[in-house]
Amino acid sequence: MKIRTLALTAAVLMAGTAHAVEFNQVDAGKSSLAFSSKQMGVPVPGSFKRFTSQIAFDPAKPTAASTTLEIDLASIDAGSKDANDEVVGKQWFNVKAFPTAKFVSTGVKALGGNRYEALGKMTIKGQTRDVVAPFTFKQEGASGVFDGAFVLKRMDYNIGEGPWADVSAVANEIEIKFHMVANAAKK
Amino acid sequence: MNFPTPRYTGPAIAAHWLIAALILVAFPLGVYMHDLPLSPNKLKLYSYHKWIGITVLLLFVPRILWRITHRPPAPLPMPAWQHKIAEGTHHLLYLLMFLVPLSGWLMSSAKGFQVVYFGVLPLPDLVGKSDDLGDLLKAVHETLNFGLLVLVGLHVAGALKHVIIDRDGTLRRMLPFGK
Ligand code: HEM
Repeated sequence: MKIRTLALTAAVLMAGTAHAVEFNQVDAGKSSLAFSSKQMGVPVPGSFKRFTSQIAFDPAKPTAASTTLEIDLASIDAGSKDANDEVVGKQWFNVKAFPTAKFVSTGVKALGGNRYEALGKMTIKGQTRDVVAPFTFKQEGASGVFDGAFVLKRMDYNIGEGPWADVSAVANEIEIKFHMVANAAKK
Repeated sequence: MNFPTPRYTGPAIAAHWLIAALILVAFPLGVYMHDLPLSPNKLKLYSYHKWIGITVLLLFVPRILWRITHRPPAPLPMPAWQHKIAEGTHHLLYLLMFLVPLSGWLMSSAKGFQVVYFGVLPLPDLVGKSDDLGDLLKAVHETLNFGLLVLVGLHVAGALKHVIIDRDGTLRRMLPFGK
């Protein structure tokens, strides 16, 4: 084990000196996508179990980085069985008509240190909006770890129509938290 | 025979009627809300129910401290067995006044919904999230509430018996504006 890790690290470091390392093999098992909504002032955590993501990030050239994220909305865990049954329905995500949500980056900004900002377009339920997602990048051995969070306004995407448009019961602001792990390309 | 009837103290009377009123709102609200389909209205009613219940729990603390430090007035003449039943009912009512809201709070924690008092003051979760424990505590909350219903029924029936049959001043001792 140790030797393999060492060899891998050495390989990555050498690759780093030869040409830049690009982290682009997303490890779905280690990545996660969570969110937090507020119901009557009560923070309720949730997550999406299934999503696919492409990342291409070279810390030496962060502004050339790109990413896409596609979320299987039916894989939502919204905190309780009642809520899970409800949010896939017509007034919420309407997963029959719109099974996935998609984020496509349009650019990455370096904010200094290990902090960055991904700019891009988020499409949910047929609505596309600009999103700015600040994140940090950390290299752990052969893996790149991306951690970020941003606030999405559910009413921008008509998530929660009819009586659910009442943002005094379920707040408009939904905090999205992502933790993505991508390994360096095997070359 | 013109002694003024001994009365409960002001704070005891205030706590009695305030908590009674809150329970009389929380109870039917609990029965009504829990079968509703999920909706913003349901989320609101659940929150109101929890806030009222937590208020009962908060008021219970000074009430029981006051009760321990201030003996109730001596009973009016009545058979000993009746006094025993009345007193037993009162003690069990105190117990459930505490356990019913506490079981609600525990259930809410187990179901993964933190209680945020009036939507602004987050209360600590008493237990971690667990579906099994949540279901168990729900059954506990319901059972204790059934017990509360029986005891309140007995308590009210006893009070009415004193008014209608005995025609003594027992109820008046607990009324806010009596003599
Ligand atoms: C004086 C205090 C309280 C009273 C009299 C009361 C009474 C009730 C009653 C009668 C029910 C309906 C039970 C049934 O028929 O199924 C209920 C349900 C419920 N109560 Fe309470 N309650 C009190 C305090 C609380 C508190 C403090 C909380 C939480 C912080 C709470 C949370 C709940 C919840 C979540 C339900 C619905 C259970 C479900 O169906 O999922 N209650 N309550």
